Amino acid sequence: MAIWLTKDSKVIVQGMTGAEGSKHTRRMLAAGTNVVGGVNPRKAGTTVDFDGTELPVFANVGEAMKETGADVSVIFVPPAFTRGAVLEAIDAEIPLAVVITEGVPVQDSAAFWAHNVASGQKTRIIGPNCPGIASPGASNAGIIPADITPGGRIGLVSKSGTLTYQLMYELRDIGFSTAVGIGGDPIIGTTHIDALKAFQEDPETDAIVMIGEIGGDAEERAAEFIKANVTKPVVGYIAGFTAPVGKTMGHAGAIISGSAGTADAKKEALEAAGVKVGKTPSETARLMREVMS
Amino acid sequence: MDLFEYQGRDLFERHGLPVLGGGVAETPQEARAIAERLGGKVVVKAQVKVGGRGKAGGVKLADGADEAQARATDILGMDIKGHTVHKVMLAETADIQEEYYFSYLLDRANRTFLCIASVAGGMEIETVAEEDPERVAKIAIDANEGVTEAKAREIVTAARFPAEVAEQIVDIAVKLWQAFVAEDATLVEVNPLAKVGDGRVLLLDAKITLDENAGFRHPDHEALIDQSAVDPLEQAAKAKNLNYVKLDGEVGIIGNGAGLVMSTLDVVAYAGEGHGGVQPANFLDIGGGASAQVMANGLEIVLGDPAVKSVFVNVFGGITACDEVANGIIQALALLGERGEAVTKPLVVRLDGNNAEAGRAILDQANNPLVQRVDTMDGAAERAAELAAAGK
Repeated sequence: MAIWLTKDSKVIVQGMTGAEGSKHTRRMLAAGTNVVGGVNPRKAGTTVDFDGTELPVFANVGEAMKETGADVSVIFVPPAFTRGAVLEAIDAEIPLAVVITEGVPVQDSAAFWAHNVASGQKTRIIGPNCPGIASPGASNAGIIPADITPGGRIGLVSKSGTLTYQLMYELRDIGFSTAVGIGGDPIIGTTHIDALKAFQEDPETDAIVMIGEIGGDAEERAAEFIKANVTKPVVGYIAGFTAPVGKTMGHAGAIISGSAGTADAKKEALEAAGVKVGKTPSETARLMREVMS
Repeated sequence: MDLFEYQGRDLFERHGLPVLGGGVAETPQEARAIAERLGGKVVVKAQVKVGGRGKAGGVKLADGADEAQARATDILGMDIKGHTVHKVMLAETADIQEEYYFSYLLDRANRTFLCIASVAGGMEIETVAEEDPERVAKIAIDANEGVTEAKAREIVTAARFPAEVAEQIVDIAVKLWQAFVAEDATLVEVNPLAKVGDGRVLLLDAKITLDENAGFRHPDHEALIDQSAVDPLEQAAKAKNLNYVKLDGEVGIIGNGAGLVMSTLDVVAYAGEGHGGVQPANFLDIGGGASAQVMANGLEIVLGDPAVKSVFVNVFGGITACDEVANGIIQALALLGERGEAVTKPLVVRLDGNNAEAGRAILDQANNPLVQRVDTMDGAAERAAELAAAGK
């Protein structure tokens, strides 16, 4: 049954008519995702053809949910409009909002997160600046390539998109229940801990890969959580051991400031929690292979 | 983006916060002119984005314009922890009675903002927090509610600011939050926030970080970038929309996706341990596309670094197909040849994922003597390190 996204999920796309949105809507449909419509107030009432699948465009998320029963929204709108799009999704109380957009100002992420908390957290937000969530063979909400791996029993949670793909590829013979890309921004909606908790409770997941990177202390906090709550085996990987202090490495949140946020500190914390940490992606895959054999 | 103190002072002034008069100079003559304008005693402060400048001799008092010019002459060009001083700030002096600490910052763990305030200012807040945690107040700020007058009073009470400065600090706390939001800052730190002889509370230092993601709504922030500190290759990369960070090693790195590139740096550094300690020369994420044009631009930037002895192109084809990437590499080499920048350094290429077999076949067929294909990330890193060591 995977976590958060299943074959029964009904997906809408905010920004479906834009370049990125339409490209990835087509890909999601090809992956078997049940995409039921899009949102664009200026094009409400029209439909868009995706290789023979006609998808309706709605004025807002609330209307799209009412008409289609959608329970997942994937957000592709540009950074300047992301805050508004996520607030709309929260107000419509959609259960899952996946924010793909890169380059969202952190005050905007803080604002929609605070609004979500104040509204009772009825919406799970993944991202921003993330590749989304894929339950291989069932559904795909975001930009994770659907054909890397079939379904299986490994759960994966990662700050990085391409490292997610790399690990999925290396372990494609075993397969994945769900892969969640949580994004590398300083403020994100779904954390490593949220995903670890869900994987721990998911009967279709046997083991978990957790990919982190420099910056912040999310991995350290995840380590504490694992120690106290996770009985399934966890294999970890951290990127950025050789990153210099004070330089942002691609992701807005991937920066070592002073002594905080180093890969070594994260590795140590994870190992202290009983997590096997690979030095490279291939070693990480090998460690997972040992766990699964 | 981190601002210089003088940029922070100007920003505070623009937002109606109480600061001392001041100005910034790049030459001793400019310093003299500012000192004349300010009149009387001034303080001359090195403008560097690193702590400990006072101890390094980068902050001096001067009485009058002659002395200000002399002190500016001493300080300009100084090296403070590897940072050359290109500018000095001159500011009026103040009769400091008490020093407080005040900041707003992003609290990643709690996904909100935080106010840190203390009556024990002047020194490093980390030190105070360690030695005297009770004197450091941390108050969560709701991103949507912000700092209202009531919230400001909560801060004043929590940090135990003295009654005689309470009203002034409430006013400063509210205005400083407004500035924080208006400028899309992720950090504003004032240390010291000082009570001076005439009873006023003034912001005497400024450490500000602005969110580069918010640049689209702050066209004026562009002018705050310190061009003297920007690496010319980083600048060239930015002009081409490439995410490049210059590092100190010999193995040029090109990859797709921030996480994979970071990981590539690590794998190359590990491999380098066996090859005379060669290190990655840069971080370069060419993103999802990896067309011939993007690949050529990337190669041009990476090879523009004379320290680079070999290049490791590490691509995982997710959405992008590896055959397109392979064609991109071959075309990029031709393109660079046409531009008169023929590549002479060896390239190690690892392609994996979507259409990897087809991509590898294209590389084999092109049979370019500079391009070596290695099909695993670890193996390719090893080969690139070996080639870089041989080229040293």
